[in-house]
Amino acid sequence: MMTTDQPPILIRGGRVLDPGRGIDFLGDVLIEGGRIAAIDERVESPEAEVFDASGLLVCPGLVDIHCHLREPGFEYKETIETGTRAAARGGFATVCCMPNTDPPADSRATVEYVQRTAAAMGAVRVLPIGCVSRGRQGHELAEMGELAEAGVIGFSDDGSPVADAALMRRALEYVSAFGLPIINHCEETSLSTEGVMHEGWVAVRLGLHGQPPAAEEAMVARDISLAELTRSHVHIAHVSTRGSVELIRHAKERGAPVTAEVTPHHLTLTHEAVAFTAEGANTLAYDTNAKVNPPLRARDDLDACLEGLRDGTIDAIATDHAPHEAVSKMCEFDQAAFGISGFETALAACLSLVHEGKLDLPTLIYRMTAAPVAALGLERFVPGLGSLAVGAPGDVTVIDQEALWVVEPEAFASKGKNTPLAGRTLRGRAVVTMVEGRVSFCAEAAIAS
Amino acid sequence: MSSNAVERRGKSSAAAVREPPGEPLPSAVGAWQRRHVLDLDDFSSEEISLVLETADAMKEVLAREVPRVPTLRGTTIITLFYESSTRTRSSFELAGKVLGADVINVSAAASSVQKGESIIDTTRTLQSVGADILVMRHKASGAPYLAARHADISVINAGDGWHAHPTQALLDLYTMRSRLGDVRGRKVVIVGDITHSRVARSNLWGLTAMGAQVVLCAPPTLFPVGLDPADRDGCDELALPPVRFDTNLDRAIEGADVVMALRMQLERQQSGLVPSLREYSRLYQVNSQRMARAAPGVFVMHPGPMNEGIEISMEVAHGARSLVEEQVANGVAVRMALLYLLARRR
Repeated sequence: MMTTDQPPILIRGGRVLDPGRGIDFLGDVLIEGGRIAAIDERVESPEAEVFDASGLLVCPGLVDIHCHLREPGFEYKETIETGTRAAARGGFATVCCMPNTDPPADSRATVEYVQRTAAAMGAVRVLPIGCVSRGRQGHELAEMGELAEAGVIGFSDDGSPVADAALMRRALEYVSAFGLPIINHCEETSLSTEGVMHEGWVAVRLGLHGQPPAAEEAMVARDISLAELTRSHVHIAHVSTRGSVELIRHAKERGAPVTAEVTPHHLTLTHEAVAFTAEGANTLAYDTNAKVNPPLRARDDLDACLEGLRDGTIDAIATDHAPHEAVSKMCEFDQAAFGISGFETALAACLSLVHEGKLDLPTLIYRMTAAPVAALGLERFVPGLGSLAVGAPGDVTVIDQEALWVVEPEAFASKGKNTPLAGRTLRGRAVVTMVEGRVSFCAEAAIAS
Repeated sequence: MSSNAVERRGKSSAAAVREPPGEPLPSAVGAWQRRHVLDLDDFSSEEISLVLETADAMKEVLAREVPRVPTLRGTTIITLFYESSTRTRSSFELAGKVLGADVINVSAAASSVQKGESIIDTTRTLQSVGADILVMRHKASGAPYLAARHADISVINAGDGWHAHPTQALLDLYTMRSRLGDVRGRKVVIVGDITHSRVARSNLWGLTAMGAQVVLCAPPTLFPVGLDPADRDGCDELALPPVRFDTNLDRAIEGADVVMALRMQLERQQSGLVPSLREYSRLYQVNSQRMARAAPGVFVMHPGPMNEGIEISMEVAHGARSLVEEQVANGVAVRMALLYLLARRR
């Protein structure tokens, strides 16, 4: 999709923050020929279009390593076009999309369809993930060599776990030939059974079937063992419990080839969001927009995930953007689909942690740029990705940390209006997202300035 | 159809709800502000007392030679049951008819999704048809909340999943009150499958509000994770009320004023939550030997339908201390009271 004959753009006078390279100063960034051309306290470029970023934050384009674009097969939930527009609005310049489409991305044809469509219609860079098993059935390996040749950045049966331990072992062994990770949705389904939310006091009050934290942790432990056995890279998707964080921390201390991610919603929302709205504690919400898998957990789990993010146990923040059509959520809680439409609220939700003093800004930006790139080894696909190094792709996100705005799902670019944050006032948002030197998103307020 | 519906609705609101002639209603009926009855979690003790006192008046209506009053003439009540039920449904139907309302029973498929029509659509349709009060039972916890949120009619929860069964809890409270007087300070032991019991949850709210001392008794596999006060993240005001839990029925039952046995669903054994019904009945059956450990004058209750010989022995189920049939009879009066209070507010 990207063209390089854009006019040079000079982003002037912002706080330039590239934590992956220890950069944090007031200055200018010049993007020319689709790449970062200069970054300094003062850059002059007479022919460049100047964007005044004073008072704003200038970062590498955000990288989301876990999202669902739903195409092909579920275009009524999201398309590559709408999903990437939503990503751009959320400040993401690169997204890695999960293969649980219909057909699933277990063949070169489907991967190439996604790549072609993204090139033609996508607002941001799309890096596809391929299936671990044929048809995501969990029985036999997909042709991962061909998928690797087609350019997938890793493998996952996300939406479902790789339940069979022997298949997981073989998958890890096999992909070590290509140096690509297996990304697993860790859920021991014989423990989570019919669980629709976190097992705890909220589920008891609502009379809903809960998923115990152990359902996740049992498989995290298994996958760590298998990673150590095979010396092959496991990436743990959407970590949600204290136990998982501790397992991963100890594994990393031993040098196990394990990386991990956490979602904005698992960092900022508890299981209470399912039952209680801001308005009244005693009108039970049964909010299907807070139904997500893994489920929103208890306060202690949030604290542990945040601590893991700070100390590097958890490498990256990933949205797990999971858009759904209205009908999937306008129903009984038991029947509702799992998932949160996350692209357009992820950054603001995470910035709330910065505003509350729970996370420092460089760490947040690091976990949304250079860290996810390093976690999945994306540098080999896009050199310089996630940084503002001269010569890196001209991916820049300009952020207004202070902007107050109200979450209005109807105004989302995403087809998925399923967010538990509807109506909330958030603080901070992306105002410009550039991908390879081209402006993919520019907020109205930013144009006015 | 739609103009008819408007006409009907106009007529129904014009037909002022009359007081049941000759019956002394509690003076506080005017204080009732509630539009729906979804659970007892937000009922004050005053509100519960109001319902029970109103039910007293209804009981007198039921005792008449011809138990019919025109109080709710012009009010349309629709019972919408997505799960089968004999006693709750017939109880509501009779309650409505005694008060002179039109009662329509709608049987729905097991799931709105299978049926292809959502609860929201169904509720709105029934509202357009002219229903004033919707009595709903559904196997999904929270389903009546969905209906209440998306329509303008009153919704009564007649049982939703594992979550709540407020009218059962109210009739249980009514039955206890009629035999014990005030339940404040009385020890009520609820024994059985607490995890999957909407009756236990609603009774927990109601009994706690009225000051009873509740003890839950179950094998640990049928006691829900998260009910323990230690697992509440410090959110005591939002969690279910704190209760004592005991895995040993012989111990739990000591000094009890009321023992309430819950139905043991046969599928719990099949899904491995108890080793066998034989073992369950050995450890948790409410029988004469165990009742002997309770307080003198103890009563036994059961929301029905009973598995006699499993969770309750036959001699206790039908013995002198059993209130099981009284519960059913009181159910009509309590539901009349709720229908009256809801219709009156409209």
